[in-house]
Amino acid sequence: MSADIFEYAPAPESRAIVKLNSEYGLFINGKWVPPQSKKKFFSINPATEEVLARVSQGNQADVDKAVKAARAAYNKVWSKTKPKERAKYLFRIARLLQERAREFAVLESLDNGKPIRETRDVDVPLSAAHFFYHAGWADKLEYAGYGDNPKPYGVVAQIIPWNFPLLMLAWKVAPALATGNTVVLKPAETTPLTALLFAEICQQAELPAGVVNVVTGDGATGAALVNHGDIDKVAFTGSTEVGKLIASSIADRGIPATLELGGKGANIVFDDAPIDEAVEGIINGIFFNQGHVCCAGSRLLLQESIVDDFLTKLQSRMAKIRVGDPLDKNTDLGAINSAAQLSKIKELSESGTKEGANVWSAPCSLPNKGFWYPPTIFTGVTQAHRIAREEIFGPVLSVLTFRTPQEAMEKANNTPYGLSAGIWTEKGSKILWAAQQLKAGVIWANTFNKFDPASPFGGYKESGWGREGGRHGLAAYIKGAK
Amino acid sequence: MRIDVMKTYKLYIGGAFPRSESGRSYELKDKKGNFIANPALASRKDLRDAVVAAKAAFSGWSHATAYNRGQILYRMAEMLEGRTEQFVAEIKALEGVSDSVARKQVQDSIDLWVWYAGWSDKISTTSGGTNPIAGPYYNFTIPEPLGVVGVIADEKESLLGLTRGLAPVITSGNTAVLIASERLPLSAISLAEVMATSDLPAGVVNILTGSKSELIPWLASHMEVDGIDLSGADKKLDGEIKKAGTENLKRIYRFEKDASLKRILSFMEYKTVWHPIGI
Repeated sequence: MSADIFEYAPAPESRAIVKLNSEYGLFINGKWVPPQSKKKFFSINPATEEVLARVSQGNQADVDKAVKAARAAYNKVWSKTKPKERAKYLFRIARLLQERAREFAVLESLDNGKPIRETRDVDVPLSAAHFFYHAGWADKLEYAGYGDNPKPYGVVAQIIPWNFPLLMLAWKVAPALATGNTVVLKPAETTPLTALLFAEICQQAELPAGVVNVVTGDGATGAALVNHGDIDKVAFTGSTEVGKLIASSIADRGIPATLELGGKGANIVFDDAPIDEAVEGIINGIFFNQGHVCCAGSRLLLQESIVDDFLTKLQSRMAKIRVGDPLDKNTDLGAINSAAQLSKIKELSESGTKEGANVWSAPCSLPNKGFWYPPTIFTGVTQAHRIAREEIFGPVLSVLTFRTPQEAMEKANNTPYGLSAGIWTEKGSKILWAAQQLKAGVIWANTFNKFDPASPFGGYKESGWGREGGRHGLAAYIKGAK
Repeated sequence: MRIDVMKTYKLYIGGAFPRSESGRSYELKDKKGNFIANPALASRKDLRDAVVAAKAAFSGWSHATAYNRGQILYRMAEMLEGRTEQFVAEIKALEGVSDSVARKQVQDSIDLWVWYAGWSDKISTTSGGTNPIAGPYYNFTIPEPLGVVGVIADEKESLLGLTRGLAPVITSGNTAVLIASERLPLSAISLAEVMATSDLPAGVVNILTGSKSELIPWLASHMEVDGIDLSGADKKLDGEIKKAGTENLKRIYRFEKDASLKRILSFMEYKTVWHPIGI
């Protein structure tokens, strides 16, 4: 590629706003406590591999302590707190998140590797919005369509992933508290820091002790939480593989689960689409958050008549994606979250080449330290290729083609997943027809990767059980609603 | 004296009434020990055929208008009403209840079909809607049918057990594979005759008679079955059925009430659609 027309000067966001402790305990019953495991692990910055803090590894005894605290808080305080008062705690949390928004944004970028542009404009404001939205539900639940006297489950076990650490926390904690449940939250192993900072917000909001408990750790900590005998409900966001394990492990116990799992979303561009907008939409669909998005548009389905022109424009646009320092305000694509995820992306990409697809990566220079992967597309992909079937969870797009709208629908639905899909056409009736045919919980037409607390999110088929957000998402935390 | 024409009780798969491909049947006696029938003892292969038929019928049935589905369910109630005597006789023979108890069960079943028939074109109104998102987008959520739902009929009330399982599943556009009661299968097969004369498209409901313990594991692990109403199964089997169902994350539920919107919505998925607003 030729030189950039405009050279961007570095525009780094200051990290001085974040004051990290060198060590963190577990947040149980409103207090910071050392882990009974006596073990700690490092949370690192994936863009530089520098250590950010030492974090506690919660074990079974820690989980037990947290569940007991949540149970006591439920029995003694939270279930007796009037709904309108519960609402005000949630409003407080929303406001505190807004007040400390920049701090959360910078910390999220440091711990996760995602660009500050996204944490500042998407993750953090949406997290605050989720609390604000659900706060209003707390004293109006009898209007939500789940009976005149909707009741909470009690103690909810919540396990969240590393791709949107604070936002997934908000998606889980806000509706659980609004409906009157107490929570034991297990953040992802590689991104625990914003959840720990959120514990401070709970303290500032004077949320009663034990209503929210944060137990950091790895998969073993999560398993201990799911298998604890005194939880009333499980809410999990993560891989389909782990989701099935959780579903299986609670099958005998009669407790319900909400599962937000993987996806292999089709982003379908018809020949009558607004091409320039569609190119932007495809870019946003797969490169937003480094492609670490369960609802990413990771399969591009192009109508044959526009393939050449579209791919030329797409590659030209990909070449302008700015990859690098997540704290730089101009950065579009940040770091891959972990070495493990990077090797998974590499392995799947290599399978694409081996199985006969053609690879093209944007010509960008990658930093020497940290975990990085360039924006990449595969053309000549068939439905049998692993890169068309398996979730890559990285900045890698698989391009398939179709001749008729019916063929596009068949290909789009040819997956065990059913989380998201995109439709690009100027023709209204075609949008509504395609939206009807597609087996996915979220359909974006002439847009992609849009989220809102009022909009239910969740998948068909093996993309999970239940919805999060909106009136429909409340059902996940109201006993007997589903 | 005239010799009765006895009925051969067969399966109901894809709108046809086949015997089990296995050639098996089992002997059914009334409460007094008199021979009644030899219903088919359905096999795993029959179950798979039933799922294939249900899957094939899904596209047409789920895309039929809600008004059309409602009319067909109502038509089933009409057919049931006309065959009341047949169902009363079968219920009396197998359940050993009085004429009035059997009659009440048939009437309750008819009324329940009518109740669910009326739901078909109201579900989206009560349970979908537009969402006030913070941006220039039009955003709406609608419930859609899940796909193929397995229904396990209960062992207590022959006809009512079928009605409360099947009606909520198909009114929304799902197709169904029913495992009939082992002890009380006559109403299931007679209900198939009602369906076959109610304009219900072939394959929308498929009915298997036979051994529950043999068929349920295959139903629970079948990758093309999307949900199961296990209300009619032994509670002790819940864990096993749910575990087998995790392979494709089946939606598996047990219900208490006969007439409830929850029975309908549990086998539906919410789809949310976004589109920009602008000129």
